[in-house]
Amino acid sequence: MALLEVDDLSVTFARRGQRAVHAVDGVSFSVDAGQVVGLVGESGCGKSVTSLAIMGLLPKQPGLRVGGKAVFDGTDLLQLDDRSRRDIRGRDIAMIFQDPLSSLNPVIPIGLQVTEVLTRHRGMKGDAAAKEAASLLDRVGIPDPKRRLKEYPHQLSGGMRQRALIAMAVACQPRLLIADEPTTALDVTIQAQILELLKGLVRDSGTALLMITHDLGVVAGMCDTVNVLYGGRVVETARRRPLFREPRHPYTVGLLGSVPRLDAGRGEKLNPIPGSVRDLLPWPDGCAFAPRCARRIDDCVGQPPELVHTYDGRSYRCVNPEPVPGTVPAPREEESA
Amino acid sequence: MFRFIVRRLLQLIPTLFGLSLLLFIWLRRLPGGPETAILGERGTPEMRAAIRRNMGLDEPILVQYGRFVRRMIKLDLGTSTSTKRAVTTEFIERFPGTVELTITAMIIAIGIGIPLGYLAARRRGRFLDHASVGGSLIGICIPVFFLGYVLKAIFSENLHWFPSSGRQDPTLGATRVTNFFVLDGLMTREWDAAADALWHLVLPAIALASIPLAIIVRITRASVLEVLNEDFVRTAEAKGLTEQTVRRRHVLRNAMLPVATSIGLLAGGLLSGAVLTETVFAFSGIGAFVAEAIGQRDYPVLMGFILIIAVVYVLVNLLVDLSYSFIDPRVRVR
Repeated sequence: MALLEVDDLSVTFARRGQRAVHAVDGVSFSVDAGQVVGLVGESGCGKSVTSLAIMGLLPKQPGLRVGGKAVFDGTDLLQLDDRSRRDIRGRDIAMIFQDPLSSLNPVIPIGLQVTEVLTRHRGMKGDAAAKEAASLLDRVGIPDPKRRLKEYPHQLSGGMRQRALIAMAVACQPRLLIADEPTTALDVTIQAQILELLKGLVRDSGTALLMITHDLGVVAGMCDTVNVLYGGRVVETARRRPLFREPRHPYTVGLLGSVPRLDAGRGEKLNPIPGSVRDLLPWPDGCAFAPRCARRIDDCVGQPPELVHTYDGRSYRCVNPEPVPGTVPAPREEESA
Repeated sequence: MFRFIVRRLLQLIPTLFGLSLLLFIWLRRLPGGPETAILGERGTPEMRAAIRRNMGLDEPILVQYGRFVRRMIKLDLGTSTSTKRAVTTEFIERFPGTVELTITAMIIAIGIGIPLGYLAARRRGRFLDHASVGGSLIGICIPVFFLGYVLKAIFSENLHWFPSSGRQDPTLGATRVTNFFVLDGLMTREWDAAADALWHLVLPAIALASIPLAIIVRITRASVLEVLNEDFVRTAEAKGLTEQTVRRRHVLRNAMLPVATSIGLLAGGLLSGAVLTETVFAFSGIGAFVAEAIGQRDYPVLMGFILIIAVVYVLVNLLVDLSYSFIDPRVRVR
């Protein structure tokens, strides 16, 4: 059984007098123990909201409705009361966020921000907690950890801050780590270091990692399985290699095609997906991607496309998928040839 | 930290120097000159000349200024023209009353304002929020003297819960040490005197606290709302910390920064501006005394008052800066 099984998760923000916004609209995916799973998509496709819903961290506001299931180790996280959720958060499921500076409390030393997790979930206090905190900082590659414990977030560099946040997240050896765009706010060189660190931690501890990103480079370097999200729904799920080699959903194809290439000729145009995430069709009326899709046919509109499972364990939600290369040449490749 | 305090105290010197210059010029520019200020309109030319000679007004202006500064340094602020007593003595007797009143008012305003502002933010859009925001608007709108009279009418004249005027019951014959009546009572172990002085403080302090309370509620509420949306609060929640830890360690501490600044400004304002409250409650503090001095054209008193207020503002702001560096490591001073 999977460690985390998200089934038909939906998040709706309703405002009085306005149309409800379906930020997440029936997302299903699973994460096995020790696996690295990617959740990929453009801004606004519901990646972050999905992770926050799983953690129970969505801002409490009237009009917020969360539906579906998120079963972690046999318990539906969405049904838990606030107290049991707090017990699980930070201990069994931990999370790291996008902007390390704003994610750290500016007026409290790093040390306390690490030890407070140890105190809360492992009952450690005083010297024992400080010692453990120092060894955690050491583990995530922060030099001179004893001194760093007394320092404040503004005294650390961006990479060090993200390392400190990772130290807090892995403090209780969680079984699932959710990383929401952990490298977006960092320099490219630092990005690589942080990804290496995460990879190493996951490999050594057997923690499962749910990697939320818009960066296909991150996915290529880390993930075992990838879920591509569009308009609040998973449109394609595949293992990493098949996904990159032969994407089936036109949106995945578009995502891969829009990555700038270093070996592209000078003056060659980038290849973005036309339109924006805002031009989406509500799922019940058909495929949300249809308005931007190059392979749109009449069947795309009218009813939502069913999830198609293929023999090699991948699935996509499209009535006119990209043909597997080798059988019929894909139109995009024809153009570039 | 110590060097910071010393540096800030040294900054007092140029401030006071500039102020002394302003005061000196002001004194010379008084309508009819200082002698008219002292004698009034009816002095004969001979009397004027005598005063000018006595006060050294016939000497060169720089010599006069030098003497003026020397007297300031010796804390000799001259003699009140209305009470005929040394201004310094008057202030030593009265200023502690105002300080006591201000401290009590600020304790009330902070003690109620911060929790109320916090709760309003947490219950945003619900009854408590609307009630406290609306209430604080009323608090700002009601003139202090009006509130003072209403409190007096209800709680002292009708219900007889609190005394209506004065700082202490004179029949107690309390011993004076510092002129802080509550402190004196505690120091001399005259418990009844301390309690009575405290009792006299309640109504004026409530009246005086109304505006600072309203401001603190609003600033706290706005600040907490802002902090609640910060990423680090989400991080704290993601760590599974208890609600109490999140609230105290992560929300309140960060939300206190703007509140600390406003508390400093408010406290300075109260020390200099308790005139109405003190007058309504016949509370013999500096405010009521100065209000009278203005009417009597008692220039030495006004001058001393301006000097004291300047010093108070500098000191209060020093305290605010110190508290700031205590709360926020990013502005920590070395």
